[in-house]
Amino acid sequence: MLDLMSGFIVELRNAGLPVSLTENLDAMEAVKHIPIEDRSAFKYALGATLVKNASHWRAFETVFEVYFSMRGPQYRLPDDDQLSEDELERWMQQQMEGMRDRSGGAGDDMSPEELAEMLYRALMRGDEAMTRAMARAAVGKYAGMEPGRPVGGTYYLYRTLRNLDLDSLLEKLMDETEAQAPAPLTDLERRLEREEFESRIDHLKQEIEAEIRRRLVADRGVEAMAKTLRKPLPEDVDFMHASREEMVAIRKAIQPLTRKLAARLARKRRNKRRGPLDFRSTVRASLSYGGVPADPRFRYPRPHKPELIVVADISGSVAAFARFTLHLVYALQGQFSKVRSFVFIDGIDEVTHMFRGQEDITKAVHRVNTEADVVWVDGHSDYGHAFEVFWDNWSREINPKSTVIFLGDARNNYHSTNSWVLKEAAKKARHVFWLNPEPRSYWDTGDSVISEYGTYCDGVFECRNLRQLESFVDHLA
Amino acid sequence: MADHRFGDVASVRDELKEVEYLADEGIASVVFLADRLQKPILVEGPAGTGKTQLAKSVAEMTGSRLIRLQCYEGLDEAKALYEWNYKKQLLRIQAEKASDDGSTDWDQLHDDLFSDEFLMTRPLLEAIRAEDPVVLLIDEIDRVEVETEALLLEILSDYQVSIPELGTMEARQIPLVFLTSNNTRELSEALKRRCLFLHIDYPQMDREKEIVLTKVPGISENLADQVARIVRSIRQIELKKAPSVSETLDWARTLVLLGIESIDADQARETLHILLKYQTDIEKAAKELAVEAR
Repeated sequence: MLDLMSGFIVELRNAGLPVSLTENLDAMEAVKHIPIEDRSAFKYALGATLVKNASHWRAFETVFEVYFSMRGPQYRLPDDDQLSEDELERWMQQQMEGMRDRSGGAGDDMSPEELAEMLYRALMRGDEAMTRAMARAAVGKYAGMEPGRPVGGTYYLYRTLRNLDLDSLLEKLMDETEAQAPAPLTDLERRLEREEFESRIDHLKQEIEAEIRRRLVADRGVEAMAKTLRKPLPEDVDFMHASREEMVAIRKAIQPLTRKLAARLARKRRNKRRGPLDFRSTVRASLSYGGVPADPRFRYPRPHKPELIVVADISGSVAAFARFTLHLVYALQGQFSKVRSFVFIDGIDEVTHMFRGQEDITKAVHRVNTEADVVWVDGHSDYGHAFEVFWDNWSREINPKSTVIFLGDARNNYHSTNSWVLKEAAKKARHVFWLNPEPRSYWDTGDSVISEYGTYCDGVFECRNLRQLESFVDHLA
Repeated sequence: MADHRFGDVASVRDELKEVEYLADEGIASVVFLADRLQKPILVEGPAGTGKTQLAKSVAEMTGSRLIRLQCYEGLDEAKALYEWNYKKQLLRIQAEKASDDGSTDWDQLHDDLFSDEFLMTRPLLEAIRAEDPVVLLIDEIDRVEVETEALLLEILSDYQVSIPELGTMEARQIPLVFLTSNNTRELSEALKRRCLFLHIDYPQMDREKEIVLTKVPGISENLADQVARIVRSIRQIELKKAPSVSETLDWARTLVLLGIESIDADQARETLHILLKYQTDIEKAAKELAVEAR
């Protein structure tokens, strides 16, 4: 048990979770009180002692699954759940035997049609145990797993799902429900039914994933498996290489992040420095001390709010990054006295109006991507031309109160750089910053001219993930 | 120490159910563990998911007194821990003068002044000194500044309060402590390390349905089911503020009052303002619910 636990904790640390020594001891203490057979209680007990941040829960869950649920039989007790499942499987076996007899077909496995039929029934009834059994059968049949084959779990998952064809299954389920309903379904009901089935299918997918994982662990061993499943935490995901799933996770993480940042910035401003003496208030306070001004009161300082001018490259290579940054900047609009934003590829366009009066930032960002007029010649990044146009049209907007932020990888396709624009801007503006979503080691390789632009900036920051973006915004305000 | 409050995880769950709080596996396990390990629970999650209610329900279930400390910006030890009643102390000194011309021993007077009589207990100290079983709820801990958090560390890890004039006061019994946070800022590592962490999210559909059934009298099974489904559907839309459990309950109560037996799209749209608090959210949800399913 001790070995198991320490291996588990090492793996958690490898996955990036900050587990301290006391937390480790707490976990050891906790498992004394909760029997390992009570799987879910055991999991929550470990979670409560080891994971102190909700966004890390997913990573914890994955590691837990690998370490505890798929251990050999010595850890699996025949609890009720297990029994009923076994029974169900036996029952299914019999059913299938019957079917096979009837159809007179040979073969030692279910035919695809039978499997689809069983699956369909399981989903229709929303029967969890049966769904789980079906997930198992499906993996056994379609994933084609071979011991020692060096492919990731996603490959097997893809193979299984492709064969199950869940989309058409969903349609079938909907048709069936519609046919069974006493009265024709209203739109609302239809939507609700569909969502019910979608969630059941999601559940099935999770079961399939778990089953694949279980088999892989059996094949390769825990440590190797945990390593392949290791994923960066949401705040560490690289913007440029995020998968679609990770994008969604980042989008979700950015909402609370903005709230947190806004609260922190406002608090910082208020507490930072005392203002001049507030005479009236001091006199009023002195009354309770018999007219002695024992408790001097100060005015709150008028907070300085910077003006922001954001100039973002939205060409394909860095679009995701620019989107998140705009998202964050506009969510924090209240913290700045004025925000103006420009986007460019090889032409440049102002997009401030698209955010104005638009409460839904996602929609605004979408408009920016579709409506802004940013292509001048061929739609390949040309920083030099974009900056020149920016200077000609909008240089008057830059004043000593404004902070100018350039976003981009400075990959200029070997065009002229026109870095004098930054030099001039730095003279007029309070600060000029550059955020680069590329890892520092790639800077100035190939057509990247970041250091040429960088010489005129007050700071050039590597900004590849939410953590770095957050610390920059904090620094800014 | 004292014997444990709960037998096992399942009994926590059942007992909570008796006081009309439907706990899921995670909540029950953590509450059970908090009692066994004698550690505070840090409860985090979106607004309106029953974080504060959990503490109240646990208090009710164990028959303990609930002591509540509402945190806010600017909270200090005089309001959280203890304060000397200086007015009474002044009176005491003056009474001394009046009686016999200040001839009493100063040490004697000094000891008198800083004694229990002049100590005003605030929630944290009160929880420590309580004779009867108590549940201490420190609400919205994320509202205080990072520096103030440090006030809590002693009480959270050792269940004691040090008062310079009196010495250390140790807890007569270990209270169950709940801290809630809406996560508007990152809490300090030191605080997190001392607590068990519990994240309460929006409930699964089945659980939400049960919550509606227990909390809203006179609601039919069918309506509760519909309510839970529609709320789940709305939560999937990207909104400024997703409907919370308490808003779901408000909505269900409204529907019962209006005598609605089963919701159709129009009725749902007309009562959406109970569920959602932003005009843009309402418009968006109304549009989504009205459209033909994808």
